[in-house]
This record gives sequence, structure tokens and C-alpha cells, in this order.
Amino acid sequence: MKIIFLLILVSLLIAIGFLAAFFWAVKSGQYEDDYTPSIRILFDDKNEKKRD
Amino acid sequence: MRYDESHLLPHWTHLNLLKNKCDSMNNIAPIKENSEQSISSTCYHCGEDCGNVNVMLHDKRFCCQGCKMVYEILNENDLCQYYDIDEQAGVSLKGKKQAQFAWLDDELIQSQLVDYQEDTTTKTTFYLPSIHCASCVWLLENLFKFNEGILDSKINFVKKEIYLTFDNSKVSMRQLAELLVSIGYTPEINLGDLDKSQRKKVDKKLIYQLGVAGFGFGNVMLLSFPEYLGLDEINAAGFQRLFGWLNILIALPVVFFSGKDYLKSAWLSLQQRNLNIDVPISIGILTLFGRSVFEILSGAGAGYLDSLAGLVFFLLIGKWFQQITFNHLSFERDYKSYFPVAALLKNGETTPIQNLKRGDIIIVKNKELIPADGILMQGNGSIDYSFVTGESDAVDKEKGDQIFAGGKQLGEAVEIQITKTVSQSYLTQLWNDAVFSKEGLNQHNQTQFLADKVGKYFTYVILTIAFLTLFYWMTIDVGIAVNAFTSVLIIACPCAVALSIPFTFGNAIRILGKHGFYLKNTKVIEQFQQVTAVIFDKTGTLTLTKNNSSQEKNDDTITYQGDELTEAEKQGVLWMVSQSSHPLSQRILGLLKDEVRSNKELHLSLDDFLETEGKGLQVTVNQQVIKIGSAEFTQNKANDLANVFLQIDGTTKGFFTIKNKYRQGFETILNFYKNKNTIHLLSGDNEKTRKELEPHFGKNLHYFQSPKDKLNFTKKLQSQDERVLMFGDGLNDAGALQQSDVGVVIAEDTNNFTPACDAILDAKSFFQLPRFAEYMKGCLRLVYMAYGLAFIYNIIGLSYAIQGELSPLIAAILMPASSITIVLFGVFSGTFLAWKLGLGDKNHQSD
Repeated sequence: MKIIFLLILVSLLIAIGFLAAFFWAVKSGQYEDDYTPSIRILFDDKNEKKRD
Repeated sequence: MRYDESHLLPHWTHLNLLKNKCDSMNNIAPIKENSEQSISSTCYHCGEDCGNVNVMLHDKRFCCQGCKMVYEILNENDLCQYYDIDEQAGVSLKGKKQAQFAWLDDELIQSQLVDYQEDTTTKTTFYLPSIHCASCVWLLENLFKFNEGILDSKINFVKKEIYLTFDNSKVSMRQLAELLVSIGYTPEINLGDLDKSQRKKVDKKLIYQLGVAGFGFGNVMLLSFPEYLGLDEINAAGFQRLFGWLNILIALPVVFFSGKDYLKSAWLSLQQRNLNIDVPISIGILTLFGRSVFEILSGAGAGYLDSLAGLVFFLLIGKWFQQITFNHLSFERDYKSYFPVAALLKNGETTPIQNLKRGDIIIVKNKELIPADGILMQGNGSIDYSFVTGESDAVDKEKGDQIFAGGKQLGEAVEIQITKTVSQSYLTQLWNDAVFSKEGLNQHNQTQFLADKVGKYFTYVILTIAFLTLFYWMTIDVGIAVNAFTSVLIIACPCAVALSIPFTFGNAIRILGKHGFYLKNTKVIEQFQQVTAVIFDKTGTLTLTKNNSSQEKNDDTITYQGDELTEAEKQGVLWMVSQSSHPLSQRILGLLKDEVRSNKELHLSLDDFLETEGKGLQVTVNQQVIKIGSAEFTQNKANDLANVFLQIDGTTKGFFTIKNKYRQGFETILNFYKNKNTIHLLSGDNEKTRKELEPHFGKNLHYFQSPKDKLNFTKKLQSQDERVLMFGDGLNDAGALQQSDVGVVIAEDTNNFTPACDAILDAKSFFQLPRFAEYMKGCLRLVYMAYGLAFIYNIIGLSYAIQGELSPLIAAILMPASSITIVLFGVFSGTFLAWKLGLGDKNHQSD
């Protein structure tokens, strides 16, 4: 049963990791504009490289 | 403001300019036509009909030199992918002269526009209203290909903003602005942009708090599982202790970071000897936390930390749900958002308008705004004050006349000598009134909010029950007494009550927003219910303003009857009415603008334009004399139907019927409010409309009201214990809107300037007002019903609590269950009510 101590520790660390990731995402402004990225993702880079 | 340079163009381009303006106003993306590219009749760049204009390059056809030029620029920089993403994506440049940005070289202005600077790396934000498609995003994010000084550019499509990072040793802000202009994206910069304190700061604290609460809720629940399931085996192995300790550790940030605002608000309200809803919430939170910590540390039980984390999490979700931002709207604007940044001095230099001094002579061109009070020195002034004073007709000014800031010059360029600085001008002085200061804001608002009223009684009732329970058990067993006492405080925590308003009203704001009625926050819904007096502005609020009649679809208030006109005649008439600021001319302009859609640039020869004040217009087009005007002016017999006659070469071709210029449904709305409240009309205009409006308003008609008068009138009503609802539209209403309990701005185009207010109503939805009012009233009733539901849950919970038998498990089920019930009830019943009232369909223009 001692293994549960380790498991709890790991699960908490992972949860804290996700919380940190969430903080980082908010801080870096990812939630400020939730529309433009949906346009941006459709841009075709290949086309551009060919022309260069 | 828009930089309109139409005065610099030959007259015939007015026709196209009007059309372009019209398109950009409606924000219509260029129509894609699946035509073969080779014989396309539309412009490769902007997609407009080329007519008989033949501007060709690389087998591509353009509607004007401007579009061709943009194509060339893009081609040179290898950016023609622009046209692959969205076909004909460009913004038509036809007839638009480049706006001037010389004033961006001014260091003071520059420093105010910079968001961030380190060494030579500078960041700035521009508002580009012409962003409309994916191609725009692509091109603007590839801006660095034009100039190596541009390090990065990012677009926010919804806000239509570009975030530029550039090296200011290689490229100046002015060059950036001019580059944007050259590819068709003219930045709009107004005085308000310079004021950093006015910029919206995104408050991310709530999001962080929500994240922490969610994290806490999930993990505490997980660690409480053995407790829920009664796994004695695990508990026996010493885990219970560990889990308890971990739970306390996780709950600490939930209480003191996520729940901070509730504790703080409760503390403040206690200091003011007042009880708001946050007081019982905070009592609940602290009791939950205290008792849980005690139980865990003493080994008596598992505590209620899961319920605590859940409570905070739900409360914060509610808070977040009611914070709705409408990206394109601002409820905080003052005159600065309407005023330009710089003025053109007579000596050709530009200067920031804050630097204008007494005695400076400035040049104001056609359709430009007058930035400060002054005296007309040169030229014929014809000034449109409709937005500022509510006068519907343009005012003619002669040399030596006093001119007030805020008006727009129509016609030729004039020279004005400044007599007062911008902030001391007649109009802008209004903002020096106390009502615009922070204290003024807090003072006049006497609305009692439901949640706080409930919070007060709730606290008393709960404390009474808790202490009664305590005293009852004290005589029997102290342990049970404390247990029951804290249980009552825990279970009675008004979580459901606190959630009802955010979810019901938050949902209502979203629904109303879809129908063109944008509320500043959920409090406005309650403020609406307490209104006792309603004030209407006239010009622009009850009536349509000059240029917008054509925006109303199927505008049937103006019709033409008579012989069909040729294209040349139509364009001739269109040109002449566009020269006149008379309201009737503007209405006809609105009618014809829709008809004259083709881009054929007929080279009309226009001569001898003559406007006879108050009678009519006359012009010679291709040797034909066109006259439009009154019956007398065109030697016709007056009849009831005809307002304006059209005569060509002495023969009457037909007449225009212009019925009324009031907004659709205004009578219904007046009657709706008349039934319950007193209604008043405050107009800056003359008394011409008194007879028409008397049946509606009776004696409550007030004309010749200055912006200050309107403000004072509102104050007077409030001092008579009235709660005032004000409908306005322009800067002249700004004071009254601010002073009133609820200020609603009617906006033709929500992207344009609106003065500070509590709600913005899209003019297209004006007729729906009674329905909106009905809906808001219904939503308040739903909140009462939700309170009823919460009451039932509380009774159940309390029946356990006063017996001292509230187990953590019952709390963990009951508290979230009541919260979720309230949330679902608020959202679903609110949506159902909207549907019942005919607000269910998203497409609000259909009915």
C-alpha cells in the first residue's frame, strides 16, 4: 500500500504542472484572442516557400 | 473618426465615394464572383465592378489606379498570396486620398501611442477598421516583408487591431501608418487613444482565481474519495491523516487567493455597517475552513474542504459568466474618442490639439471636426451640430461668427481662430462637471440591488437560527452545540442565491446582445426595473439622423413617383443632393445611393450649382437644368403627397414623398413607457416638431436644451425622487446619460462613437424595446423563483444541521446540487422565456 504515497505525490505534481501550464497560457495572452488563430492556421506556408 | 478627404477630389468622384463609404459602413466583404479571371468585369483587388474603366496590369483588371497600386506594391514584395486566401480581398481605394499622418512625427503624440519601449524596439497598437477577411490577417501579419524595421505584427481580428513591434531607428511610426494607408488599411487614431488611463486593461486575476479554485476542487474531491466510499482499509493505513493534511494545503490558496475578493468585500461592507451578500458567503467560507481544519487536526473527521473548494469554484464561475465583454463596444467613452489627435495650422504645420492655444489659426476642411471653440476667419461655414447639440439642420456661419467645438464643417475649408483651449470649450466643459468624476459616479446611483437586500435579511435570519440552535444544544451537550452551530452556518451559505443573478442575468445579457441590445453589466437589468421617469432625446434618438435613412432596410418613408430617370439624370440628382446639407436632400441622397449602384463614372459636366436656402437646388448637368425643391421653387401645385419636386429642363418629372423621419415603432415605445412612467422629451433643436409630438408628450416637451440643461433636468427629476431612464445618442446627451440611473445610447453603427452609458441599443432593434423591457422584467421574476428553489434546499440542509447531523457527505452532495440546480434553472428558464417572447431566434432582423 505504500506505493499509494508515491502515486499521490505524482498525481499532485502533475496537477500542479497543469495549473502552472494554465497560468502560463493566460499570462502569455492565449485567451485574449480566440478568433484570429482560427484564421491563421489556414495560411499555407508551402506556397510561400516556393516563391522565395 | 474617419479621415475623409473627399473635398480634395473632383466632384464626380463623390458618387463613388458615397458608395464606398456605404459598403465600408455595412462592412460587407467584397462579393465573390465566380467569373473567369481573364474577362472579369470586377476589380482583381477589391472586387468592385470596374464599369468601363480599363486599368490593366499583368492581365488583371482593376477598378482604379489606387487598387492597381496596391497590387503593384504587393507584387513587388512577393505578397500576392493575399489574393489566394480570399479572392478580391482588397479594400477599394477608389476616390480615397491618403490620410495625412505628418503629426505622428510629433514626439509627444508618439510617446503617448507607444505601448512599450526598450532601446529602439517599440510596440504600438493601431485600430484598422477595414480589416474584414482572412487575407487581411495574412497580409498584415506579413508586414515585415515591406520594411526590415518591422519586427513583428499580430492581428486581433475581432477587435480589428494590429499589434506592431518595430525598430524605431529604422522605421518611424509615421512611416508605419503611411505604409498601412498605402495598402488600404488606414489606421484610425483619435484623441482618446492618447489617454492611456482610458485603455481597457484586461483583468486576468479572476481567471487565475478560477484556475486555482478548479484545481483545488478537483484534487480535494479526489483525496476525499476514501471518505465518501467509507474505505476503512485505506483510512486505517494512516492515509486519512495524510489526505487531511494535503487537503488543508490545497484549500489554503482556494480560500485566501481565490476567495479573497469575497472576504474583502464582506469586510468592507461590515466596516460601513452594511450587510451585503458577501457577508453570509464569507461567514460560510470561513466557518467551513475553520471547522474542517479543526476536525482534521484533531482527528475528529475529514472536514468539508471539498464543499468549500466547490463553493468557491462555483461562485467564481458565476462571476466570470456575468462578465461579458462586447469587443466592439465601449461603455466608457468621452469626447476624446470623438475628437481628432491633431489639427492643421494655417502655416501648414500640424499640432496635437491639446497644444492649441488662444489665437492659433487652424484650417478645417470638409467633414472635419472643429476641435476647439473659435471665430470663423475665412470661408463660409456650414456646420453640422446634430451630434453635439441635437440641432438637426446645419448652421450657416459667416466670417466673424463664433463657432463651437464638436461640430463638423460641411463644404469648403475654413480658417478658424481658436478662442478657447480644447478642454475649456463649450462642449468639452461638460466633462468637467462633477458627475463625471469618480465620486460623482458613486453618489448619484441609489439603486438598491437585490442581492444586497437579500444578503442583509439572509444574514440576520441565518445568525438567528444558528444562535438558537447553539443555545438549545448548549443545555444538552457543548460538543453537539458547536457542531450544529457551525453546520447551520455552513449549509446556509447563500451560494445558490449568489449564483442565481450571475447566471440568469449573464445569460440574459448574452441573449439581448444577440438582438442588438448591449448592456454594460448585470446590474443594469435591475436598474431598469426601478425606473420611474423616462427622458428621450429627439434628434438621432426618436428621429433618424440625416444620413442613415438608407441604412434602414426597405425604408418606406421616402418614395419617388414619376417618370423613370436616366442614369445620367440620377447621378446628377445624386450629386446635387450630396452637396446640400438640408435634411430633405440627405434623405433623397439616402434613397438614390441605393439605386445608383453601378460604378459607371459618367463624366458629367456639372455647372451652375445653386442652393436657394429652404427652397431647393438647381444644377446644370450635360446642358440639362435639373431643379429639385418645393412646389413653389419648381412652379408646381402643392399636394399632400409631394414634399420635393424634381424638374428637368422645365418639365416636372416626378416628386419625392417623405412621410416621417421617426424611427420605426417609436409610438409603440412611447405608449409603452407612458403607461407606467412619466415621459419627457429634451431636445437641443428648435420647436418645429412641438405639434407633432404634443399628443405623445403633452407638456413635457423641452426644446433648446443645451447639454448642460439636459444634465440639470435629469438632476432635478432625481431630486424629486424619480429614477431616470435616459435615451440619447450624441455628445450633447453625455451629461444626462451619465447622471441618469440608466443611460441608453441608440447607435446606428455600433462601431462608431457612443458616449459613456449603461447600455447601447442598435438602432435596428429600437422597435423591440418593449420586448426587451418585458424580458428583463421576466428575468428578475426568474431570480425570485430561483431564490425559492434555494430556500427549499436550505430547509432540507438546515433540518440536518440543527440536529447536529450534517455529515461531510450530505454537505458534499447538497451544496453542489443546489448550486447546479440554480445554474441550470437560471440559464434554461431564461432562454425559454426569451424564446417565448420572440427573442429566441438569433436573426433579429427578420421580425
